[in-house]
Amino acid sequence: MRVQEGEKAPPVFRLSMLLNDKRYRSMTIQTVALIGFMLLIAWLISNTLQNLNALGKDVNFSFLNQPSSYDINQRLIEYDSRSSHLRASIVGLLNTLLVAVLGCTLATIVGVVIGVLRLSKNWVVARLMTIYVEVFRNVPVLLWIVFFMAILIGTLPKPRDFRGEDATASMMFGDSVALTNRGIYVPEPLFSNSLGNLSVFGWFGISIDLVLLLLVLFAGIFAARRVRRRAMRVQSETGKLPRTWPLRIALIVVPPLVVLYYLGFHLGYPVLKGFNFSGGVYMRNSLIALWLALSFYTAAFIAEIVRAGISAVSKGQTEAAFSLGIRPGLTMSLVILPQALRIIIPPLISQFLNLTKNSSLAIAVGYMDVTGTLGGITLNQTGRELETILLLMLCYLFISLSVSAVLNWYNGRVKLKER
Amino acid sequence: MRLKSLIAATTVVGLSAGMSVAATLDDVKAKGFIQCGVNTGLVGFAAPDADGKWDGFDVDYCRALAAAIFGDPDAVKFTPTTGKTRFTALASGEIDVLARNTTWTFSRDVDLKFTFVGINYYDGQGFMTHESLGINSATELDGATVCIQTGTTTELNLADYFRANGMSYEPVPIETNAEAREQFFAEACDVYTTDRSGLAATRATAEDPNALVVLPEIISKEPLGPLVRHGDDQWADIARWVLNALIIAEEKGITQANAKSMMGSTNDPEVARLLGTEGEYGAMIGLSADWALHAIEARGNYGEIFDRHIGPDTAIALQRGENALYTEGGLLYAPPFR
Amino acid sequence: MLSSRPAPNRHVGLVGWARENLFSTWLNSILTFLSVFVIGFVVIEVVPWIIQSSWTATSLNECRAAIIEAYGEGTHGACWAVIRERYLQLLYGFYPSDAYWRPNLALVLMLIAIAPILYPVLPRKMLLFSAVYPLLGIWLLWGGSLWTMISILLGFAIGYILMAASSRAFGTLTGLITATLGIIIYWIFAAVPLSELLQSIFPRLWLEPVESARFGGFMLSTTIGVTGIVSSLPLGILLALGRKSDLLIVKAICIGFIEFIRGVPLITLLFVASTLLNIFLPPGTNFDLILRVIIMVTLFSAAYLAEVVRGGLASLPRGQFEAADALGLDYWKSMRLVVLPQALKVSIPGIVSSFIALFKDTTLVSIIGLLDPLGLTNSIRADADWNGIIWELYVFVALIFFVFCFAMSRYSMYLERKLKTSHD
Repeated sequence: MRVQEGEKAPPVFRLSMLLNDKRYRSMTIQTVALIGFMLLIAWLISNTLQNLNALGKDVNFSFLNQPSSYDINQRLIEYDSRSSHLRASIVGLLNTLLVAVLGCTLATIVGVVIGVLRLSKNWVVARLMTIYVEVFRNVPVLLWIVFFMAILIGTLPKPRDFRGEDATASMMFGDSVALTNRGIYVPEPLFSNSLGNLSVFGWFGISIDLVLLLLVLFAGIFAARRVRRRAMRVQSETGKLPRTWPLRIALIVVPPLVVLYYLGFHLGYPVLKGFNFSGGVYMRNSLIALWLALSFYTAAFIAEIVRAGISAVSKGQTEAAFSLGIRPGLTMSLVILPQALRIIIPPLISQFLNLTKNSSLAIAVGYMDVTGTLGGITLNQTGRELETILLLMLCYLFISLSVSAVLNWYNGRVKLKER
Repeated sequence: MRLKSLIAATTVVGLSAGMSVAATLDDVKAKGFIQCGVNTGLVGFAAPDADGKWDGFDVDYCRALAAAIFGDPDAVKFTPTTGKTRFTALASGEIDVLARNTTWTFSRDVDLKFTFVGINYYDGQGFMTHESLGINSATELDGATVCIQTGTTTELNLADYFRANGMSYEPVPIETNAEAREQFFAEACDVYTTDRSGLAATRATAEDPNALVVLPEIISKEPLGPLVRHGDDQWADIARWVLNALIIAEEKGITQANAKSMMGSTNDPEVARLLGTEGEYGAMIGLSADWALHAIEARGNYGEIFDRHIGPDTAIALQRGENALYTEGGLLYAPPFR
Repeated sequence: MLSSRPAPNRHVGLVGWARENLFSTWLNSILTFLSVFVIGFVVIEVVPWIIQSSWTATSLNECRAAIIEAYGEGTHGACWAVIRERYLQLLYGFYPSDAYWRPNLALVLMLIAIAPILYPVLPRKMLLFSAVYPLLGIWLLWGGSLWTMISILLGFAIGYILMAASSRAFGTLTGLITATLGIIIYWIFAAVPLSELLQSIFPRLWLEPVESARFGGFMLSTTIGVTGIVSSLPLGILLALGRKSDLLIVKAICIGFIEFIRGVPLITLLFVASTLLNIFLPPGTNFDLILRVIIMVTLFSAAYLAEVVRGGLASLPRGQFEAADALGLDYWKSMRLVVLPQALKVSIPGIVSSFIALFKDTTLVSIIGLLDPLGLTNSIRADADWNGIIWELYVFVALIFFVFCFAMSRYSMYLERKLKTSHD
C-alpha cells in the first residue's frame, strides 16, 4: 500500500494506516517494542524457571536469615560468625562505601595536585607528572591493585621485626604509628567519659561522642558564617570590614575542644602484644592496597580532567583578571577555578562512580567488600547464585543511581547560576 | 557441532550443544571427549605446563576416566574452575565431572544436588606457622592472623574451631594458593590454614622448609573426591568405578607397565573380572570390556598416580598416611569387583 | 647605533634554561629537587634489579642461585628466565603452537580492516573488507570451515536484497522487519545445511578447529576486547538512537538498559556470565565460558558506546537534522545518510577510549577463572618450578598493556586534535 493512495482515500481507518500514517505509526512502533520487550522478559523468566526446576532449585531469599558461619576481618558494625548472611552483606556494603569514600578523597587530592602540576612551567615536574598519568592510566587497575598489595607485603617490616632486643624495625612518630606488612596501626581517639553508643533498631551502634562532636562543630561553622555575613553587611554599609577572623576561628575551634576535654579525650597507642599490635586503628594492608591503587589510578584520570578544565577557561579570563590588578593566586581562586569547576565536576563525579565500581575488585586482595561477602563467600556457601548476584547488582545500582541523582542536582544548580 | 556452536555464537539463537541432565555418557560419546573441571592451578593436583598440557593428581583421574570410556587418556578437555565457578560449571552441564579437590559435605551432596563418586584423597584441615613464633599447638593461636583460601569449606571450619575454643583471630581471605603462599612467606600472616596436602606442598617448595612447622591439630575431615550431577546414575557409576578400579589395581599389584601382561597371566578371578577377561562387566556399565585396563594403563594405578604427583619422591613429598590401602593401615577401601 | 649584544650568560644556554624553567621561584626549586629525588630513588632501587638478572634458569631456585653466583651474596635480581620460558603462553595461551600464524594473521588483517575507519584518506572500497573482516577473523581464530562464514555472510546479502525489495514496496520500517526476519529464518534453517553442503563439495577451505578453552593470554584479552567492541557497536548505536527518540516506551527501555549496565560493575556481569547466563537461556543451551563472557562484555560495552554515540549525536548542529527532514528523508534514511556518518566520525575518539577501557577491563576475567595474562601469572606460579615468582610476571604483563594502551590513547588524542581543527 503506497502512502499516496492512503492520502487520497477518505479518512476511514484502515489497518495499513497503523504503519503508514504518521499519526498512528509511533503508537504502533511503541506497542510492538513494548510487546517485544515483554516477550523477551517473559522468555528469560520462563527459561530461568525451567532451568531452576530442572536443577531442583527455587528462588528463595530465606538464606539471608541463616547464620553466615564465616568471619569477616574488617567490620564497621558488630558481626560474628553467628550473624546472618544479611548482616554479612551489610558489613560488606559498608566496607565498599568506606573504601569508596577514602578513595574518592585521596584521588581528588592527588588528581588535582597532579593536574595543576602538569601545567607547571617547571620542565622536570611537568614531565614527571605526564609520566605518572600515562603509566597509571594505561595499565589495568586490577594489576595496580595486586601490585600495591605485593609492594606492601614485600617491603614493609613484619610484626616480628619490632620484637625483642635486636628489633630491626621501629614504630614511627614517637611510638605512635606502626607500619607493618599486615597493615598500618595509628593511634585511635578514646574518650574516658564516653557517652556510649546509640543503638539504631538494635542493628548497629553510633558513637554518641562522635555525633556530639560533629553537632558542635557544625553549629560553630554555622555561627561563624553568620558572623561573616554580618561583617559583609557592615562593609557594604560603612565601607569598612570589621575584623572578625579571631572570633570566627574561636567559634569553630573552641566548642569542640571544650567537648573533647569534657569527654576526656586521649589517644590510644598501638602496642605489640602477642602475634600482632593491638590497640589503635588498624588499617589492613588489603584496605590500603585497594585504597592506594584505586586512588592513584583514578587520580591519573582526574588529573586529565582538571588539566582540561583549567585549559578550557579561555586565556582572556586570566588576562582580564590581571588587567584588573588581581594577583595570580587570587585570579586562580576567584576567576579560573569557579569557571573550571563547572567543567570539571560532572566528569569528576563519573570518575567517583568508576572508582566505586572498581572497588568490586577488592576480591583480588581479599578485602571484604560487598562483592567479597555477598557475591563471594555467601554465594559459595549457599549456592544461591541468582539471588546473591541480583542483590549484589541492586546494591551497586543503588549507589550509582544516588550519585547520579546528586550529579544531576549539581548540574541543574550550576546551570541556573550561569544564566 | 563446531559449525553449530559458531552459528549459535554469532546469532545468539540457542542451538543445543549438549543437554545438561540426562544420559551424560551418550553426550560424552557423541562429542568424543569428556570435559573435566579442575583447579586453576594447585601444585601437584592440577596445573598447566609450558605447553599448556594439564598435569597433576586430579588431572590424572580425569585422564583415567577418559581412557576408560574412549581408550584414549587424551580424550579429555580441562576447564579451570575457581572456588566460585566450580559448582555452577558442573550444574550447568559445562563440565561432565569435577575433580577439583572438593570436600564431600552434606549440603553439597544434598542441597547443591551433586553426587560424590568416592574419595580420592583423605585430607584434613591443618595449620602451618613459622617456627620462629615458637608455637607448638593450635590452641596457642589466640589473636593470630590467619591466611585462608576463600570459597572453600576451610573458612567455615576455621570460624567454628576458633569459636569453639574461645579464641579470637584475624582472617585474611585469599583467592589462590599462590597468593596465600606469597603472604604467608612474607609473614603477612602468622598461620596458613588449608588442607594438609596443600600445607605440605607449600612447605616443600619453601626456600627453607625447616623454618615452617605444621601444627599437630587437624580441625576437620576433608574427604576430597570427584563429583558429578545428581540424576544420572549411569554416569556416576562410571566415574565411581573408574576411581575404584584404580584403587583395586593398586591392591592387586596391577600397574601401568604390567596391566596388559597380567590380563593373560592372572589366576586371580577379581583381576580377571577387572581387566575384562572374565564376565560381562564392561557391558553392564555401558563401556567396553577392557575399560578398566585402559583406565589403569592411562596413568597407572592409584599408588602410581599418587607417587608421580604428590608422593614422597616429589617436591611436595606427601606420605601416604590415611591414603594408604586399608591393608597398609590407610583408609582406601574399594568395594569388591564382582 | 650599537650593535645588539648577546644576552647575558645567565639567560641563555643550559643555565638560562634551568633558571627559567626549573628554579624560577623557591616553590619551583623545591619541586625540582623533589622530582629529581624521586627519579633518583626509582633508578637506584629498580635498575639494578632489572639488570642483575638471569635469563637462562629453568626454575626459581636455580635462578636465584645463578644471580647470587654472578652478582654476589644478597643481590636480588629479576628472573626474566620465566618470561623467556613462558612468553608464548602469556601471549597466546594454550593455542596450538603450529597455528600461531592464525592469530597473528588475524591481528594484521584487523589492523588493515580498521585502517580505513581510522584514516579517512584511504580508499573507501577498503570498507568492504572491514565489513567482511569480523567473520574472517572468527574463522581464523576458531577454525572450522570457511563455508560457515560464507553462508552466514550470505544471510546479510539476503537481508539486503529483502530490504531493498520490500522497502520499495512497503516502506523502510516494513523492509527492515522483513529483512531481519528473513535473515533469522535463513540462519536457523538454511545456513547450516548449506554450509555443510558446500563444505562437502569444496573441502579445502578448512582450518583445524580450536576450541575457546585453548584461548589465553593476550590473545584472549584482545579477542574479548575486539569482539566485544565490534559487536557492541550496532547495539550501541541503536541504544543511542533509542535514547534520543521521541517514542516514550522505546526511550524508557533504552535508558533503563543503559543506566542499569552502567550502574553495576563489570565483575558482577562476569559473575552472571560464569554462573547465571546458562540459566537464562533455553534449557540445554550451553555456550562455553568465553562465549558467555563475550556476550556479557558486548552488553556492557554497548551501554558505554551508546553514551559515546549519544555525545556524537548531541554535538551535531540541529540544522543537520532539520535539513534531512526538509529533504523529505524518512527517519532511517536521514539517520543513515546524514546524521550517523557525521556523529560516528565525531565519536571515534570516544570509541577508541572505550576500547582502551574495555581492553584493560578484560583482566577481570581472571577472577572468574579464565586464563588471561593475569590469570596465567597464577597458573605459572602454580608450577612447582616457578612457585613464588611475582614481579617479573606482573612487570611483563603491565608493560605489554602499557604499550598497547599508550599507543591507542596517543592515536585517539591525535584524532581528537584533528577533529577539533577540521570543525572550526
